[in-house]
Amino acid sequence: MPRFVRYLLPLALFLSLAALLYRGLSIDPRLVPSPLVGKSAPVFSLAQLEDPAATVSSSDFTGQVSLLNVWATWCVSCRAEHRVLMQLAQSSDVPIYGLNYKDERPAAMRWLAQFGDPYRANAFDADGRVGIDWGVYGTPETFVIDKRGVIRHKYTGPLTQDIVQRELLPMLKQLQAEQG
Amino acid sequence: MIPELGHFALILALCMALVLAVVPLAGTFLRMPAWVALARPLAWGQFTFLALAFGVLVHAFLVDDFSVLYVANNGNTLLPNIYKVSAVWGAHEGSLLLWVFILSSWTVAVAVFGRNLPEEVQARVLSVMGMIAIGFLSFLLFTSNPFERVFPAPVEGGELNPLLQDFGLAIHPPMLYMGYVGMSVAFAFAIAALLGGRLDAAWARWSRPWTLVAWVFLTIGIVLGSWWAYYELGWGGWWFWDPVENASFMPWLAGTALVHSLAVTEKRGAFKRWTVLLALLAFSLSLLGTFLVRSGVLTSVHAFANDPERGLFILMFLMIVIGGSLLLYAVRAPDISRGGGFATVSRETLLLGNNVLLVLMTVLVLMGTLAPLLYDAFGWGKISVGFPWFNSMLVTFMPLMVLLMGIGPLTRWKQQEPAELVRRLRLALIISVVAGVAVALPLLGDSWSVGLAAALSLWLVATLLTGLKLRLRARGGIGSLWQDFAGRGGRSYYGMWLAHLGVAFFIVGITVVTQFDVEKDERMSPGQTIELAGYSFRFDGVQTAPGPNYKAQRGTVHVSRNGAEVALLHPEKRVYQVQRKPMTEAGIDAGFMRDIYVSLGEPLGNGDWSMRLYYKPLVRWIWFGGLLIAAGGLLAASDPRYRHLLQRQRAGARDVLPAGGHA
Repeated sequence: MPRFVRYLLPLALFLSLAALLYRGLSIDPRLVPSPLVGKSAPVFSLAQLEDPAATVSSSDFTGQVSLLNVWATWCVSCRAEHRVLMQLAQSSDVPIYGLNYKDERPAAMRWLAQFGDPYRANAFDADGRVGIDWGVYGTPETFVIDKRGVIRHKYTGPLTQDIVQRELLPMLKQLQAEQG
Repeated sequence: MIPELGHFALILALCMALVLAVVPLAGTFLRMPAWVALARPLAWGQFTFLALAFGVLVHAFLVDDFSVLYVANNGNTLLPNIYKVSAVWGAHEGSLLLWVFILSSWTVAVAVFGRNLPEEVQARVLSVMGMIAIGFLSFLLFTSNPFERVFPAPVEGGELNPLLQDFGLAIHPPMLYMGYVGMSVAFAFAIAALLGGRLDAAWARWSRPWTLVAWVFLTIGIVLGSWWAYYELGWGGWWFWDPVENASFMPWLAGTALVHSLAVTEKRGAFKRWTVLLALLAFSLSLLGTFLVRSGVLTSVHAFANDPERGLFILMFLMIVIGGSLLLYAVRAPDISRGGGFATVSRETLLLGNNVLLVLMTVLVLMGTLAPLLYDAFGWGKISVGFPWFNSMLVTFMPLMVLLMGIGPLTRWKQQEPAELVRRLRLALIISVVAGVAVALPLLGDSWSVGLAAALSLWLVATLLTGLKLRLRARGGIGSLWQDFAGRGGRSYYGMWLAHLGVAFFIVGITVVTQFDVEKDERMSPGQTIELAGYSFRFDGVQTAPGPNYKAQRGTVHVSRNGAEVALLHPEKRVYQVQRKPMTEAGIDAGFMRDIYVSLGEPLGNGDWSMRLYYKPLVRWIWFGGLLIAAGGLLAASDPRYRHLLQRQRAGARDVLPAGGHA
C-alpha cells in the first residue's frame, strides 16, 4: 500500500460516515426503529385505568387484530391525536387498547370524560415500567398487533387522518385477512 | 430595541470571526507581523460582542420580553430567576448561542493564557478557532436566530421544559459545552501544527494543559448529567446509554485517549501522528454529538429540539471541518518525523494499549449509537441497540483497561526490564487476586462480578501505592511528599494518582450498587411502616404544597434504624402550571456509604399512595469517583512546568520557527 493511502484512511472512514448521516437525514426520523416489530408483544399485566381491580394484560391481544396506543394527559400531541383515535374507533371494529403512560389516574379519567373514550380498555402504567419493556421513546406511540399477539408495526408520534386512511386502515384490513 | 442590539452584536461577532480566521493566519505565512498581531484583539472583539449578545438574551428572559419568539416559547413570568437564566440554554437557539459564547471564551483564554506561546503558533491557533466560530455563528444567524421577534407578543410564555427546571440541569449543559468546545482548542493546536508543519514535543506540551482542562469540564458535565438523571427521573438509574448521553461519552473516551497520548508525545516524542489524529477525533466527536442531538437523525429521550434542515447545515459544516482537517492530515502526515523508539516492555507500549482500548470503545459506542440508522439506511430493518449491548461491551473492556492502568505507571519509559516489573507488581497482584477470590466466595459477597470489581479496584489502589512508595523512596522518603508535590512534574504525577484512584471508586460504586441495591414498590397507607434493608420507612401521608410555578403533592416519610431516626424525607410529585407535566422529585437521604431514596408513585385513594423505596449502597462512589477523576485532571493541568514554556522555547527552539517552515 503506498504511504499516502494509509493517511487517507481516516478521511475515507469519515466520508462514509458522513454519507450515512446524510442518508439518515432523508429517512423519516419519526419512524423509530423498534426491535419489537415481528416479535410477540411483551408480557405484562397492569391494573385497568378505569377500574383498579380489573387488569389489562398482553393476553388480551390474542385472537383479534388490535392496536395499543401509548398516551398521557401531559402530552400535547396526544391531544391532537385523540380526535383521530375517536374517529378511528367509530369507523373500524379493531379494538384500541390504551397504555396510559406515566400519568395520574384522576387526570386521565378526566381526560377520557372530557374528550371521549376511544379505548376498549386502558392499562395504567404509572411508573412507565411496562413502557420500558415496550421500548416506548415518547408519547404518543401506536403499536399494531396481529391475531397471534405479534407486533407488526409501530408508529411514533401522533397518528394523523392521513396516516390512518392511507396506511393504517389498509394494514389492519390485511392483517384481519390473515389466518389467526 | 434591545433584542435587535443582540442580533446586531451577533453579526459583528461574525465579522470579527471572518477577519480572525483569515488575516492572522495569512500573516504567519506572509511574514506580516502587523497581521499576526491582530489575532489577540480580534479574539477579544469577538468575545465582547458575543458576551453582549448573550447578555441581551439573558436580559430578555429576566424581563419576560415575550416579543422575542425564543423567550415566548421557553420563558414564563412565574419562573424563578435562576431558571429564567438557565432557560437561555433550554432549547435549540439559546444552546447554540451558549455554544458560540463558550467558544469565544476559550478563544479569549488562548489569547490571554497563551502569551507564553510563540506568536505565530498562537495566531494560527486563534485563526483556526475563528474558523470554527464562523461555522457556528452562521448556523446561528441563518437558521436559528434567537432574537427573532413575534407579533403580537403573547401575554405569557410557554415555559421552560419542567424537566430542565432543576439546579443540576441548569449547570449541566454549560459544563458539558465547556468540555465539548474546549476540545476545539486541542483541535486548533493540532491544525496549527499541521499547517506550520511543525509537530513535536513542544506542540504536545502546549496543547496538553488545554486538553486536560477541557476534558475535566467534560467529565464534570457527564457526572452532573448522570447525577441529575438519578434524582430527577425517579427510578434511581444513573446512566441510560441514550444517544445524547453517548454523544457526550464518545468525546470523553477520545479525550481520555488524547490526554494519555499527549503524555507520550510530550515526554518521548513518539505517537505524533496518532496524537494529532486523536486531537482531530475528539473535537470531531464533539461536533458529531452536536449533529446527533440537533438534527433529529436519532430519536432520544432528551432531543428537545430537532429539525432535519438544521441537520443538513451541521452536516455540511462537519464535512468542511472534519473532512478538511483529515485531508490536511493526509497531506501532512507523511512528513511527520518518527518519534523515539521503544522496547516491547515499556510505558509507551502500555499507553498504546490504553489508547487502542479507548478508541475501540469509542468506535463501539459510536456503532451502537448509529446502528439503528445504519440498519435503516441499508434497509435491513429496524433495530435499537439497548442497554445490555453497551453494558457487555463495558464489562469486556474495562477489566483489561484497569489491568493496564495498574501496570503503566510502574513501567519505565523506553525500556523496562521485565523481571523488575514483575517484582514491583507481585504484591499488588497477590493482594487483588486473593481479595477478589475471597469476595467472590459464598461466605462474603457470593458474586463473581463483585469479586472481579474488588480485585480490580484493589489492584489499582495497590499499584498506585507501590508507585508512590517507589517515587518517594527515590526522592528521600515520605517526608519529601510535599516538596515532590510542589515541584516540577509533581502535580502531573499526583493528578494521575487521584484520577486513577477515582476509577477505583467508580468501579466499586457501580458494581456494589448494581448487585446489592434493594427496592420495593408498595402501596402505603398513612402511618404504615415498611422494612427495607434494615431501615424502617414510616409513611405519614401526602399534603399539597404550592411552589412558585407548580403545585406539589408532598409526602412525608420518616426513616429510622433500630428505633433511631435517620432521615425525614419529602418526595414530591409536581405538576407545572403551564406545561401540565407531572414531575417526580425523589426524597433522598444521601450518604457516603448508602443512599436512601423514596419516590412517590400514584395516589390510590383514601390517602394511600404507591411508593417506591430504594436502598442504594455506595451509589455516591460513582460520582465521587468521577469527581476525583476531574480533580486529578485539574491538578495535572496546573503543573508549574506548563507555565514556563516560553523561556525554554525561546532558549531552545527560537531559530526553528520561521513562519510556514516545514520541519
